[in-house]
Amino acid sequence: MTSTSDRSAAIDVSDLVKRYGDKVIALDGVSLEVTAGSVFALLGPNGAGKSTAIRILTTLARPDSGTVSVGGLDAVAHPDAVRRIIGVVGQKHGSDPQATGRENLVLQGVIQGLHGAELHRRVDALLEQLGIGHAADRVVRTWSGGMSRRLDIAMAMVHRPEVLFLDEPTTGLDPEARAEVWSQVRRLTAERTVSILLTTHYMEEADEFSDEVAILDRGRIVATGSPDFLKRQLRGDALRLEFRSDVSADELKGALRRVEGLGDINVSGRWVRARVSDGAAIAPATLAALDGAGLAVASVTISRPSLADVYLRHTGNEFASTEPPQLIAAAI
Amino acid sequence: MTSSRHTAQFTLRHLRALWRQPAYIMMTLAQPLIWLLLFSQLFSRVAQIPGFGSGSYLTYLVPGLVVMTALMSAGWSGMTFIEDIDRGVMDRLLVSPVWRGSLNIGLLVQGACITVVQSAVLVGIAVLMGARFGGGVAGLAAMVGVAMLLGGAFSALSNGFALVARQRESLIGMVTMLTLPLTFLSSVFMQPAFLPAWIRNVSRYNPVNWAAEAARATTQANPDWTSAGAHAVLLLAVLLGCMMLATLSFRTYQRSM
Repeated sequence: MTSTSDRSAAIDVSDLVKRYGDKVIALDGVSLEVTAGSVFALLGPNGAGKSTAIRILTTLARPDSGTVSVGGLDAVAHPDAVRRIIGVVGQKHGSDPQATGRENLVLQGVIQGLHGAELHRRVDALLEQLGIGHAADRVVRTWSGGMSRRLDIAMAMVHRPEVLFLDEPTTGLDPEARAEVWSQVRRLTAERTVSILLTTHYMEEADEFSDEVAILDRGRIVATGSPDFLKRQLRGDALRLEFRSDVSADELKGALRRVEGLGDINVSGRWVRARVSDGAAIAPATLAALDGAGLAVASVTISRPSLADVYLRHTGNEFASTEPPQLIAAAI
Repeated sequence: MTSSRHTAQFTLRHLRALWRQPAYIMMTLAQPLIWLLLFSQLFSRVAQIPGFGSGSYLTYLVPGLVVMTALMSAGWSGMTFIEDIDRGVMDRLLVSPVWRGSLNIGLLVQGACITVVQSAVLVGIAVLMGARFGGGVAGLAAMVGVAMLLGGAFSALSNGFALVARQRESLIGMVTMLTLPLTFLSSVFMQPAFLPAWIRNVSRYNPVNWAAEAARATTQANPDWTSAGAHAVLLLAVLLGCMMLATLSFRTYQRSM
């Protein structure tokens, strides 16, 4: 850990610890650095500490120990200074459902220091930019989930923040609304004027949008790097086998003992995931060995490692909501 | 300057919300109207007891009911905070440089407006029923002002409690546990001289009683502005104390995050 503060870092966190009571350690020495103008994805299973980390970085909660710098400002010592330069889209909708979209946006603008003609110009521009101008004067209660999510983004952006936090911005949205939200995020990231820290449950979102990823598990960062770097680290391809009936790990490992270049075998019911150094060469040997042991394979898929594989490797959990792997070869 | 801009925005927010659901005021009026019709009938002959002083029980009762109504509707103020917490509005506000006091004051002003409407309805109906008030418009306005001070204090207390408890059930419990005993441990329904000695002693330290005494003092046949003024000063001190407590509660809320 270097102690010199990097001027180009939008977020610089070191040795963050947060406990709840005596037993629960939500964050157990987390350090991370987000380069200015980049998109950083924080991934991890539920309860890994993502929300706690976001709450501390956005000044809502205080750490028990560790340092937090956002935009070069100390978030623990000067929370109000940090609050002026950050925008936050929380997990829940942050808008008042009894108020109209415009009223919500004006209130947020005023508490972020805007007023007069400038405020109204900014509000009008944001409503237009996010494609919610037509509904601006209706109370938010009547809006769709995707629309009020875009209002949340507008509210977070009203004061042109330096750092934007997106905490599961697409959870609970239908695919169309998710696409709408991401097209807005894509526009923001293209401009490179704002640094973004996001958490998401969708691996393919993290893969597509982030320059860097950190995987958090039980309060610790277990892997960090660009999505490509992390995928390359896995060395080799992902092999997925489906059997006709449940298989035991012992039975399987016995059968595959002789096959070289096969590792990280993970059994779950009828499904088996493994890592292979060279899929095309090893698949036939694997199938032959299984056939010899009398294990009936229903299907086999070999794919390039995805961020979901990286995630699985580091947390031991499989993301429920990942898209089908890109198919390279299928046999049987 | 910043703080007044913030306060104006939150006041606007809560007044608009009130304007969009006027039924809310009607709902909080139902109970005091029942008290007014029921108690003025039930106890109408109390005023005939030698030494009661006031000519009609109805005239005696109305200032106390105005105060009680302000107290009861102010108790629900914290519900808005709990809704804001549940919806994520509170967290969104707390990660902005908003002046915390404005969140409270906005709701206090909303409560004050509700008190004006409720008091006007109560006084209007009472006058139709035959109540007569001294002190004129100034006396009635002072009565409403005193009710606002008490309501504001209780509203701030309710907001602070909401931030700490964060549950509707707890807030409902707190409001019901406080409002009725505080009202009955006061001269709202009964002349102080007729109260049992222990209740009379307790009532001296009860802000609800201060408000009721002040409200009657400005609306009785010969208004007693000195007594009303003294009580109003005490209520103002309570209001400021409760507002400080409410602002401190934001820290408690954030510490639990």
